[in-house]
Amino acid sequence: MEPLTQRSLRDLRDAVRSGEVSAREVAQAHLNRIAEAEPSVSALLAVTADDALTQADAVDLARSRGDAIGALAGVPIALKDVICTRGVATTCGSRILSGWKPPYDATVTARLRAAGAVMLGKANCDEFAMGSSTENSAYGPTRNPWNLACVPGGSSGGSAAAVAVGEVAGSLGSDTGGSIRQPAALCGIVGLKPTYGRVSRFGLVAYASSLDQIGPMARSVEDAALLLDAIAGLDPLDATSVDAPPFRAESAMRGDIRGLRIGVPTEFMGDGVDGPVASAVRAAVEALCALGATAEECSLPTARHSLATYYILAPAEASSNLARYDGVRFGVRAAGGFGHAGMTEASREAGFGAETKQRILVGTYALSAGYYDAYYLQAQKVRTLIRRDFDAAFKRFDVLVTPTSPTVAFGIGERSDDPLAMKLADVCTLPANMAGIPGVSIPCGMDRGLPIGLQIMGRSFDEETTLRAAHAYEQATHWHTLRPEVAC
Amino acid sequence: MPGTQVETRYVGSIGMEVHAELLTESKMFCGCRNAFGGEPNTRCCPVCLGLPGSLPVANRLAVELVVRAALALNCAISPIAKFDRKNYFYPDLPKGYQISQYDQPIGSGGWLDIESEAGPRRVHIRRVHLEEDTGKLMHLPTGDSAVDYNRSGVPLMEIVTEFPPDMSSADEARAYLVKLRAILTCIGVSDGKMEQGSLRCEPNISVRPEGSAAFGTKTEIKNLNSFRAVHRGVQHELARQVALLRRGDRVAQETRGWNEARGETVLQRVKEVEQEYRYFPEPDLMPVHIDDARVGLIRARLPELPDAARVRLVDQYGLSPAEADLLTQTAAWTAYFERAAGLCGNARATANWMMGELARLLNAANLEIEQCKAGPEALADLLAMVENGRISGKMAKGVWEAAFETGEAPAAIAARQGEQISDADALGAVLDSVIAAQPDVWQALCAGDEKKLTFMVGQIMKQTRGKANPGEVNRLLRERMAGGAQ
Ligand SMILES: [Zn+2]
Repeated sequence: MEPLTQRSLRDLRDAVRSGEVSAREVAQAHLNRIAEAEPSVSALLAVTADDALTQADAVDLARSRGDAIGALAGVPIALKDVICTRGVATTCGSRILSGWKPPYDATVTARLRAAGAVMLGKANCDEFAMGSSTENSAYGPTRNPWNLACVPGGSSGGSAAAVAVGEVAGSLGSDTGGSIRQPAALCGIVGLKPTYGRVSRFGLVAYASSLDQIGPMARSVEDAALLLDAIAGLDPLDATSVDAPPFRAESAMRGDIRGLRIGVPTEFMGDGVDGPVASAVRAAVEALCALGATAEECSLPTARHSLATYYILAPAEASSNLARYDGVRFGVRAAGGFGHAGMTEASREAGFGAETKQRILVGTYALSAGYYDAYYLQAQKVRTLIRRDFDAAFKRFDVLVTPTSPTVAFGIGERSDDPLAMKLADVCTLPANMAGIPGVSIPCGMDRGLPIGLQIMGRSFDEETTLRAAHAYEQATHWHTLRPEVAC
Repeated sequence: MPGTQVETRYVGSIGMEVHAELLTESKMFCGCRNAFGGEPNTRCCPVCLGLPGSLPVANRLAVELVVRAALALNCAISPIAKFDRKNYFYPDLPKGYQISQYDQPIGSGGWLDIESEAGPRRVHIRRVHLEEDTGKLMHLPTGDSAVDYNRSGVPLMEIVTEFPPDMSSADEARAYLVKLRAILTCIGVSDGKMEQGSLRCEPNISVRPEGSAAFGTKTEIKNLNSFRAVHRGVQHELARQVALLRRGDRVAQETRGWNEARGETVLQRVKEVEQEYRYFPEPDLMPVHIDDARVGLIRARLPELPDAARVRLVDQYGLSPAEADLLTQTAAWTAYFERAAGLCGNARATANWMMGELARLLNAANLEIEQCKAGPEALADLLAMVENGRISGKMAKGVWEAAFETGEAPAAIAARQGEQISDADALGAVLDSVIAAQPDVWQALCAGDEKKLTFMVGQIMKQTRGKANPGEVNRLLRERMAGGAQ
């Protein structure tokens, strides 16, 4: 029989519900897998074994009594370490928050708890979600399960690797410029960035508030959809969350995509996209057409400005969001320095990593008097143009299909001295954040033993169509069934 | 020509920034209770502590209160309430930025009218906006610093006067603040307590030679915790700047604190460069729409404003404008006056009593009129007892003091203390015994030594332990005198 750690989230849920296995058995099997795989991949910053077993026992007890159990009862999950967990350290991959235990749960944490999901640990990430390789974590890099010399992508690299290697059945990441989709692609799993406003950001430690969105990562489209179902919806604690028609996982899994109109934006398939990646994406489009969809090339002329726009807006918001780390109330307080200003400077100097400092500096500059109009305001205008391009495209197409990442996973340290190459890793994913639309990455091929990701973007709050296309493709191909062989 | 040089005359320019904490149940962006004081750090949560991951949700009532204030100050209302971040580091500012309003204040282009010794003047208001208050930094006896975040996130309204400034004297600055406080308390958006810091004012002051078009360098004054302090502080600062210029020195752009004990402003912070706040739109909040219908509704529900109340009090009760000013200083004063005057039917006596004895006792006890145990009903009863002679004016003060202290009904206090003796027979008997005891004095008085009258009255009061009706005593004495010495 298939080991528990290889089974899908939905399978595990059904098995616990039917009594085929206990939630404790499921949790224990995954804790064993964590013990086995962590030395190789370093996906988790904290393993909450005791809490997990307690939660699992509660599920088993409720089931044995015949009490109602949640939609995800007994499902083992991990949360990116930028998501607040009451009483469990939440570091954001930063030294400045080492040891900080939030006194409250993020809304997504609370919703998963209420659904009966069992949290096994907190996943590694680039510091404050700033990066594309998880190398910017103050606690060391996570390794790609397909090739331990490679990065898992980022910033949700730990969430992706943990799922890929079977430590958990699903996880949550956060996506500001591609931080869910790009690591999902590089680790060969499914990662969904929902529409901005679909999932509450309350309790997500902010990087760039107008772009950040929490989303699910799993080994199948259906599993990702089940996680989204549990966490989505209006939250009175997040003023930017939206009262949209609710997302329903089942309706996204209907499979029929006949008549679906697919746009293939040429800007995402040009120079800089590796040959094998482009070929795999073309093959995927053909596979979708074979299922009854129609495809046509199209253009998003302003999308190429997404990278420049992103690197104004995100650092600007970050420079303000990260001002609260001043050593006064929580996290690291460094010795030295005179008075409040001195303490703040010393704490931030000691607590933040190089990439974070650089983005704070860039953002501070972009917001400064005399530069605000030329940078921040201009970037907001370009963002509006990008959004309009997408609006126009979605008048003709139901979904847009592109590569998730122009390349497969690169070597650890390989791009450390080439910040531009590092940032180009997000060039295909950034536009969806600019426009606020949903985007999912699913496995669509292999290149030199490393997974290739296919990105499908849809209309705002139309996760259903987006996931329906992804699910149909997945059912017609075998890529999602491939597993890395790590430390077994 | 030496000796005939005329000393340059200077004119002052005074602008004012006023911060008023709004009377909402909860804070601006979270559900914590909005109240004054309390054990430090007992009224805070992840949001108002700025913990990582927390998000603000705008308090709609606070937006409504600012609209109300802006309307009362004759402002135009913005169709949306949009928020911005004002970025700076300070320990009492937990997020490292304050959520405020930058380019689209809720209210703009308003005014209010004041009257001072220099006559009436219209003070123009540039903007009225909504923001959140900061925590409170405290310096401990140990030498350490601590922060109390109970105040952090309390909704705060900022009201800024127009430039160039309309005010030029300390009198006007005080009159502006008195009027503003009257309006804000009248419409129920602020409790106006300057000593608790729920209403704070920071005047900015400059002087320039008379006839000069260019404004002088301005300074800002903080720590002004009463109307008196505002008046003294502005007066002192104007004089300080004039003295500097007369000496040939220049005024530095700086923030100065008012030291009440020393009666002077002292340097707090030099502002060499304009502070860089890096304002940008708050991405965590969506703009709140304020539609015309809602504005119309808020306008229709505004109570009678102090200016209108003042005019009405003059017309209806025959008060002087100055009296009406005092009795409309807050809505509570107006309500107290009208209730008491209505009950006792003597507006003149009510006004006198409120401006005299009531104001004196409130001041001494440091209480607001709302906290006064003796309500308008008590005052009306007291004044009625004086009017019908049951107690003397002098006795009334004692009764009132007791009522103010305990809240007991004046009639009960008067009954216990013994009411006034006005009965001619009873007083006649006392008079007989005093004349018998002091025959010489009586003779002198009857012979025309009027100075002895006071002595005789005093003796009678002494015998009756102050309860004799002095008017009646006087009348009886004169009657006897007219009857001749016996
Ligand atoms: Zn709070």
